[in-house]
Amino acid sequence: MQWETVIGLEVHVQLATRSKIFSGASTAFGAEPNTQACAVDLGLPGVLPVLNEQAVAMAVQFGLAVHAEIPEVSVFDRKNYFYPDLPKGYQTSQMYHPIVGAGEVEITLDDDNTKCIRIHHAHLEEDAGKSLHEDFHGMTGIDLNRAGTPLLEIVSEPDMRSAKEAAAYLKAIHSIVTYLGISDGNMAEGSMRCDVNVSVRPQGQAEFGTRAEIKNVNSFRFVERAIAFEVERQIELIEDGGKVVQETRLFDPERDETRSMRTKEEANDYRYFPCPDLLPVVLDQAYLDHLRSQLPELPADKRARFQTELGLSAYDANVLSASREMAEFFEEVHRVCGDAKQAANWVQGELSGALNRENLSIQNSPVSAHQLGELISRVLDDTINGKAAKQVFQALWNGQGKSADEVIEAKGLKQVTDAGAVESMIDQVIAESPAQVAQYRDSEPEKRGKMIGYFVGQVMKASRGTANPQQVNGLLKEKLDALL
Amino acid sequence: MHDKTVTQLAAALKSGEFSSRELTSHFLQRIEKIDAKLNSFISITAEQALTQAEAADKARAAGKAGRLTGIPLALKDIFCTQGVKTSCGSKMLDNFISPYNATVVEKLNTAGTISLGKTNMDEFAMGSSNENSYYGVVKNPWDLSAVPGGSSGGSAAAVAAGLVPAAMGTDTGGSIRQPAAFCGITGLKPTYGRVSRYGIIAYASSLDQAGPMARSAEDCAHLLNVVAGHDVRDSTSVARGVPDYTETLNAPLSGLKIGLPKEYFGDGLAPDVEKAVRDAVKVYESLGATVREVSLPHTHFAIPAYYVIAPAEASSNLSRYDGVRFGHRCDSPDDLIDLYTRSRAEGFGEEVKRRILIGTHTLSEGFFDAYYTKAQKVRRLIRQDFLDAFEDVDVLMGPASPTPAFDLGAKKDPVSMYLQDIYTIAVNLAGIPGISVPAGFAGGRPVGLQILGTHFAEAQLLNVAHQFQQVTDWHLTLPALAEENA
Repeated sequence: MQWETVIGLEVHVQLATRSKIFSGASTAFGAEPNTQACAVDLGLPGVLPVLNEQAVAMAVQFGLAVHAEIPEVSVFDRKNYFYPDLPKGYQTSQMYHPIVGAGEVEITLDDDNTKCIRIHHAHLEEDAGKSLHEDFHGMTGIDLNRAGTPLLEIVSEPDMRSAKEAAAYLKAIHSIVTYLGISDGNMAEGSMRCDVNVSVRPQGQAEFGTRAEIKNVNSFRFVERAIAFEVERQIELIEDGGKVVQETRLFDPERDETRSMRTKEEANDYRYFPCPDLLPVVLDQAYLDHLRSQLPELPADKRARFQTELGLSAYDANVLSASREMAEFFEEVHRVCGDAKQAANWVQGELSGALNRENLSIQNSPVSAHQLGELISRVLDDTINGKAAKQVFQALWNGQGKSADEVIEAKGLKQVTDAGAVESMIDQVIAESPAQVAQYRDSEPEKRGKMIGYFVGQVMKASRGTANPQQVNGLLKEKLDALL
Repeated sequence: MHDKTVTQLAAALKSGEFSSRELTSHFLQRIEKIDAKLNSFISITAEQALTQAEAADKARAAGKAGRLTGIPLALKDIFCTQGVKTSCGSKMLDNFISPYNATVVEKLNTAGTISLGKTNMDEFAMGSSNENSYYGVVKNPWDLSAVPGGSSGGSAAAVAAGLVPAAMGTDTGGSIRQPAAFCGITGLKPTYGRVSRYGIIAYASSLDQAGPMARSAEDCAHLLNVVAGHDVRDSTSVARGVPDYTETLNAPLSGLKIGLPKEYFGDGLAPDVEKAVRDAVKVYESLGATVREVSLPHTHFAIPAYYVIAPAEASSNLSRYDGVRFGHRCDSPDDLIDLYTRSRAEGFGEEVKRRILIGTHTLSEGFFDAYYTKAQKVRRLIRQDFLDAFEDVDVLMGPASPTPAFDLGAKKDPVSMYLQDIYTIAVNLAGIPGISVPAGFAGGRPVGLQILGTHFAEAQLLNVAHQFQQVTDWHLTLPALAEENA
């Protein structure tokens, strides 16, 4: 039987606010345990939450970026359950009236086609603390630094049909939130995590199958692997006459499998009700208009503009708009050199290769966008040839010089285009290669084109690479043909 | 000194009749001698009080005294006080020393008042008799066999017995007004949002409100001046200017339109309480007010609605007492569930457990709409009843409680206890202010007249109460205990 996979994602994005969602404590990552938890985060008797306006603005910006409805009124609810790292015994979240309504995100598939994934809603909530089970001799340590960190939970519709689509969707969300600057998107530090809902159904069946929820998957790669495993597990189960049960599962990247955490029957009753300590959030049109006017150009718009205005291919446009840093680097290179195709080639070729080799992100590139742009300009204006350009790039990468011009000067890589100088080099090469000249003369005319390469190489060598290969080629042909 | 009002004491401090240190010592001695009979204090902070008093005297000598500088007060043990045990009347918080001050406490400190200690209360403010305290029952200064009312029973008893000139209480369903009535003092529950809740241990967040308890309406006005106002740390506090509540105390009452809700004079109201209240209304008529009957048709839904909403909020608010970070923790727990279960079973009293169970049930899947959603609808109707009534009249008057203080141990069944709050509870659901003023006696125990106004009508309520106190002396009549000298 042919099976179809149905996937929906709940993505938790940690918002890059300076302070927590309901208190003034810092959200910085990596501090000593419990040094960034104030009375409110500790849930001391008598404390009250005060909503961080920056978190609201960031949530709304996300909503606007995915063309979502932004309801005028949203409400915080309490999700009640006991857990040692949940200080109040409830998580303040938004159950019934989330801040962001239905929207949509465009993802790019492997064949460069695009697909629309609908977003059901996105809501604000506070993160819990962390339970630490090591180093406490059979006891558990609680670190509440993370408690109260603002999260935006983005809930998709079950619109994805493969692990690849799910990963592409996660990348699209990552790209939007980092473009907006509302999250650092650092998955290793937990700034983005997701719960994956997976089910399978026979191809052509209208109803969804029973789904399993895989909790807390924290990398693009793990999302693909977790789904691949889970789909296989469910299909095997059904084909062996079993039934998928609705349950929560955990992905174990070490063993590359998912394991059952709890079934629906064991699920908590969270007793949601509106939080009486917080007023409903009321957003007026002027506020939305203001935030809309502050939105940067978003990935989908950039991608489109790179194709239509700059004439890049769909592939190039997609790669170069994937992250805000990549796009900004490329745009600066293009601004300096003025040639989009060359800029795209260099950023994706020489630069990306070097970055990958040394495992660096583009923000930490030793060659700045400005330096690269100038370097390309020197190729375009024939100051240097392509081969020399690679030498210049390597020199800049190694910090040997502040600019392309400085390196060209220091290394004497300037292309020799003075016809007289080139001619004299050619004359010398011809004079020193009588055997090759004789061979050239005796060859069939159609084979001479191939033979000329030898002379070009000699001249380039004589010029220490500074001659313009095209110019050398033309002049050589003239001179050799004159000897016939 | 202890038979004087705050207003009189402030004048005496100003004129140099005595110092704040002398005044503070006097009250501390009275507490030491007399409170054993009442049990109105959980903690007495004598040393800190004397230090504060000396600072107040210095401030006065330096010409930096405000109106209330050097006045001793007491705080219900629900207000978080830095460095001082804040128990909320519960074993659960018997070991809790608050690391911070409630906004109300900060404001009182800034005003230069002296805190003598923390007063007894029903555990987590749940109760109408002060019999639910981990620290034992509080007795009524008028009759030691009677309850002082609750939950702010300790504050009411301490003021009535002259152990402190005034105290702060909180009121979620009548917890200022009913004990004020039972103990023959004046108690004001302000509009929801008038006083910051930051640092007040939450019972039911959408209903809790702090207010002053003192001998007179004038004293309450002085205290409200200090504690009212918007607080950035409490989103539900209202950004609205605070008038000087003492300035309008003497406005004449001629033309005042009084409404008597017929539902507040029905079955269950003790005849001698009704007589005292109707006599008080006659006093108002003599001051030029007009009286008419009005109706608050949804009154009988108030108690059921309250006992859905308040326990629902409480069940969530009290989840933080889990034995993990502070408060009571059971000995040698086997595992996490055992830690939770035994810490909470041992730390909470019976009434608190009852309300947590009720609230947990009403919020549960399948019951939420039938209880919580329905109760919120009823709440809106109750609020609308009041708003409609205030279209026609300026204030509403009635009894604060259907009976005077009852005997200790008299109400064994929780529901009969809940019915005590029949005239006060709707006020919290509507969020409007209410004040209870002494209006006579029934069987030797005080009767409270409750006066209600529309949202933010505190100035009017204090004015109406003060004018009554200008022509009556019920509020100046003291129990025998208060006449005793230390």
